Amino acid sequence: MNNHSILIIDDEVQIRKLLEITLSSNNFKTSEAVNGKSGLLMAANHPPDLIILDLGLPDEDGQTILKKLREWYFNPIIILSVRNSEEDIITALDNGANDYLVKPFRTGELLARIRTALRLSQTFTNSPVFEFENIKIDFVNHSVKKNDELIKLTSTEFSLLSLLVKNEGRVLTHSFILKEIWGMGYIEQTQYLRVFIAQLRKKIEANPNHPIFIKTESGIGYRFITVKNN
Amino acid sequence: MSIFHKIKNKPTQFLVSTITIITTSLICYLISDYIGYKTIALVLLLVVSLLAIILDVIPVLLAAVLSALIWDYFFIPPHFTLHVDKTEDALMLIMYFIIALVNGVLTTKIRKIEKITQLKEEKLNSIKLYNTLFNSISHELRTPISTIYGSTDNLLNNQKNLSEENKINLITEIHKASERLNRLVGNLLNISRLETGHISVKKDWCNVNELIPYVINSLEQELKNHNIKILIDEQFPLVKLDYGLMEQVISNIVYNASIYTVENTIITVDIKLVNNNLTIIISDNGSGISDDEIEKIFDKFYRIKATSANGTGLGLSIAKGFIEAHNGKIKAFNNELKGLSFEIKIPLATNEIMNLNSI
Repeated sequence: MNNHSILIIDDEVQIRKLLEITLSSNNFKTSEAVNGKSGLLMAANHPPDLIILDLGLPDEDGQTILKKLREWYFNPIIILSVRNSEEDIITALDNGANDYLVKPFRTGELLARIRTALRLSQTFTNSPVFEFENIKIDFVNHSVKKNDELIKLTSTEFSLLSLLVKNEGRVLTHSFILKEIWGMGYIEQTQYLRVFIAQLRKKIEANPNHPIFIKTESGIGYRFITVKNN
Repeated sequence: MSIFHKIKNKPTQFLVSTITIITTSLICYLISDYIGYKTIALVLLLVVSLLAIILDVIPVLLAAVLSALIWDYFFIPPHFTLHVDKTEDALMLIMYFIIALVNGVLTTKIRKIEKITQLKEEKLNSIKLYNTLFNSISHELRTPISTIYGSTDNLLNNQKNLSEENKINLITEIHKASERLNRLVGNLLNISRLETGHISVKKDWCNVNELIPYVINSLEQELKNHNIKILIDEQFPLVKLDYGLMEQVISNIVYNASIYTVENTIITVDIKLVNNNLTIIISDNGSGISDDEIEKIFDKFYRIKATSANGTGLGLSIAKGFIEAHNGKIKAFNNELKGLSFEIKIPLATNEIMNLNSI
């Protein structure tokens, strides 16, 4: 029983229909806008719990709508678009989108992303301990335990893991992570990120070649997940 | 293609023409005591003919005129004057001139005809390619569309007679067909990006130890009946590559291996750094392909004969295009396991390789 409200901004009637059926059968309340302008208006009149936004809108580009929404709307926005280039995805994430799904998409995947986004916006707490599967992170003592055994992380590895965990479910772009962990001057030094991600995976993943927690988003960044999507 | 490379630059042509004639004349002058002036005419004529092969018509005419004058002035008695005594010599001078001219003009004509034939051939080839392209695309598009159309029609209008199991079967077919359409559209977009030169390689540090497992994991479904082996050093250095393009390359080749081989086939991905060349060898122990097909598998829309697998004939040519965008090379060969191997070689600059212990 969630009854969260979701606003769909998409000009394609078939996509709106598909989303409406998928979402309503999963107990979401949906409303639909056929272009950017009416989308903005509807979001302002009845702010929904989450917005699904298309980028290729007839009146104004979705990226612009996204920026306009982000001036005052702080609930999750998920981009659902046919545009699949790394640039478009990174721009949307930088413009404040919580997530990005490329069409054609699996409805199961979309539902999982929606749930993650809603859960994050609701239950953001500054809990001193975070547990998932067999891992326990203690933010106060900067320690990590795997199967109740302490694992040694360098301070950079710990910061990286904390950043990922605190943004569970979200894609963090390479430049965002580099900026947060190493600083402004390191935004293009992706070599550090590659190496530290590999080290972190070796320490916390059961099979570093088949990571289940720290997922690669090809060409974009990394996403930390604790529950397997779908 | 003409057999001889033509010199493109105009001034160079005139220079070549003048220098060749003067040099030849000089040599002839030095040995003129041993050979008669008539033989020298033949030598000069031969040189003019040779020049006609590599030069345009005007420089050839220059060579003809220049050599005729030189021959007259230096070689036809009386020497060091343009004056000719004997009627026989005068006749020969005129004939020399005419033959040299005809030579130049004829060669140019032949060249023109050659060019026209070549253009015609190219046009024919492009029409042929166009037809293959259209037949292939329309077949590749219509097959999944037919599946979707037929299945949905069945589900909408024949509900009562369908068992639950068959309904699920039809829905599964629709799902597969749309996946196939999506893959085709992706391939077509990539091919057109390649053909229009819209591929820009954005190199960034890549951990190949991350890239390869990522690709293999994303093909989990397709590879569930195959055995995958990744051979790579755990301390493999970071290398500068376009992650997205390389992902596509590996994915296309491994996917191909999966659909053209039987269950339980072993697919090996072997990665090495050889003399600053990133070398990736993807092999299977399937049944390989015939030698004359090996040449063609990178061609657009080429499909292996006698196959039931439904590929688009685009995957490998996209892989080749993306590798070439990295200034690399890709080749296919039948391996010692009698299966097919692909060898990718990408040259890397020293500053595009970073050892892990240096970070």
